[in-house]
Amino acid sequence: MTITIPDYMPALIVAVPLLGAFLTPLISKINGKIRNGFVIFILLVNTALVFLLSYDVITNGIRTYIFGSSQEVTLPIVRILFEVDAMSVFMGIIISILVLISVIYSWAFMEKNTGLDKYYTLILLLTAGMLGMVSTGDMFNFFVFLEITSIASCALIAFWTHHAESIEAGFKYIVISSIGALFVLFSIALLYGQYDALNIAILSDAIQYTFLDKVALVLLVVALAMKAGIVPMHMWLPDSYGKAPSTISVILVSATLASLYGVLRVIFTLYGNVLDVVTRDIEFLNIKVMTGQWLGWLIILLAIASILVGVIMALRQTDFKRLIAFAAVAEIGYMFLGVGVRLASVFVENGNGLTVVHPGFGDTALQGSVFHIMNDALDVGLLFLVAGAIYYATRELSLDKLGGLARNMKYTTIFFLIGLLAVSGMPPLNGFASKLIIYETTFQLNPILGIIAILCSILLLATFVKVFHSIFLGPPLPQYKEVKEVPKSMLLAMGVIAGLIIFIGLFPEIIYTNIVQPAADALINYSSYITTVVGGI
Amino acid sequence: MFTIETGSGFWNPLLWMLCIVVAFIVFYIIRSLGSKEYKKDTEQVKAFLSGNPEYAKEHMHVKSSNLYWGFTESIKFFYTFLRKLHTGNVSDYILFFVIILAIFFIIGVI
Repeated sequence: MTITIPDYMPALIVAVPLLGAFLTPLISKINGKIRNGFVIFILLVNTALVFLLSYDVITNGIRTYIFGSSQEVTLPIVRILFEVDAMSVFMGIIISILVLISVIYSWAFMEKNTGLDKYYTLILLLTAGMLGMVSTGDMFNFFVFLEITSIASCALIAFWTHHAESIEAGFKYIVISSIGALFVLFSIALLYGQYDALNIAILSDAIQYTFLDKVALVLLVVALAMKAGIVPMHMWLPDSYGKAPSTISVILVSATLASLYGVLRVIFTLYGNVLDVVTRDIEFLNIKVMTGQWLGWLIILLAIASILVGVIMALRQTDFKRLIAFAAVAEIGYMFLGVGVRLASVFVENGNGLTVVHPGFGDTALQGSVFHIMNDALDVGLLFLVAGAIYYATRELSLDKLGGLARNMKYTTIFFLIGLLAVSGMPPLNGFASKLIIYETTFQLNPILGIIAILCSILLLATFVKVFHSIFLGPPLPQYKEVKEVPKSMLLAMGVIAGLIIFIGLFPEIIYTNIVQPAADALINYSSYITTVVGGI
Repeated sequence: MFTIETGSGFWNPLLWMLCIVVAFIVFYIIRSLGSKEYKKDTEQVKAFLSGNPEYAKEHMHVKSSNLYWGFTESIKFFYTFLRKLHTGNVSDYILFFVIILAIFFIIGVI
């Protein structure tokens, strides 16, 4: 069966949630239940569209859409262009699933809150922003969607305005996001000033790696890495994740991953042409250092710091959500580790001439890293939903005050166990498959780094065993005797994520071959991203 | 459907689960060889707390802060250092951004 996908599909996946966002306050005037149903319907439609587009992109290759013009690519491009490749749809799938699950969970979780018209409007705006970030082929447009995402996220983090700490977390988030976005904008200006273009493919084709290009690279990578939550620029993350409603923490996970996507797009596509350019010739060591190498080693150092600090800080936390947030920092570290290994593994062989060698494990490391994006989103997402369920049932998140809840909340306990084992990289769940690839490839680059990564994963398991004991095990506490299991919509949301975790864990090859490898290949073979636009004239 | 190549090896969850099932069977066989002389509802099954009285069950739950005390105490210096970094002050967050930016500039640009 052949499915014909319309040309405007890339635009539709952003337009549908945007339209939903504008309609939600109006529908909210009718009835709260109709509004909730409408938002779920919009997100269901959008998820279906994302899946259709994914099928098309993975089967037929990159899709482009030019706004307000005929669909023939002609240079110079002065219009906004969406360019959707396998990496874009990979991120689109993660974002759509997490937002949909989160909204289903919200039905009961946010039931007693006021201002839900604004809540759902902001969620849909945030969805449009994130999907725009991963779909656009234009640097300035990327900045615009980054800003939409930041503003909507800030408002949602501070949604519980009766909690002073939530407002503080929202303030911190917007300060960090604004500064990061300003540096992104400045670097876009540097590129535009030199090449008179904003399109990623055209810039990538034209880039000369001048002094200003190097400045732009550093600004883009560091600013987006801060938004992705890498150590030591991670400190906003436990504040924001910890103080936002649990449903928003789940969506924030995908917003953070959208920034990580930005880092990957900048390094592998925008600067893909110059990664193998020799920038240093260290004669006394007889080595030549390339852009990819210095960048890779810096990323590896920050990734290892993220894993260590994330895990060690998580071990000491007594607030459940803050603990998950630090675990998320460690998980971000694992993703960056794979990226760093890919970049640092390339080297120059001094033979009769200069030969750039790309060892096979580098590409595998990137695949592991991309695979871990999906696994981390599901694992950390599930844990945040469990934290929400605990808060819903007990109004408490302090691990010192909780205990014995397994008797009253059997399903939540099972979902937590699944999340615990998955995030700690325990076989046979999904987290293990991606972490194993990262461990092995890191070990091949440097055995000590591989060992640190494995040991930290064990420490992460110990951390969550502590959480399991503190919340679910032990004798029943008198203050929680009346606690009941959470409503069915919340159980359904957690159940779907848990099901996906088990499915990916048991059938890793299906996801790895059909979604992960094409996404990683889209980054490695950046030339097809360029030729789709530049070669189209 | 089940196997993925990991670069220098492979991962097959089905094979792993088979190993776990075999391990459980071995475990069950060893367990069934054990002594069956224990007497229900006697002194034998009571917890022995070095002669101390047993508290009420709700007071017996070990709090989260008390878990891994030995481990966290042994790396206290590291926690002290990390706690000093996590000030909660947003201007410090920006400071770290500037520091990392400077490091990247020195190594990558200059």
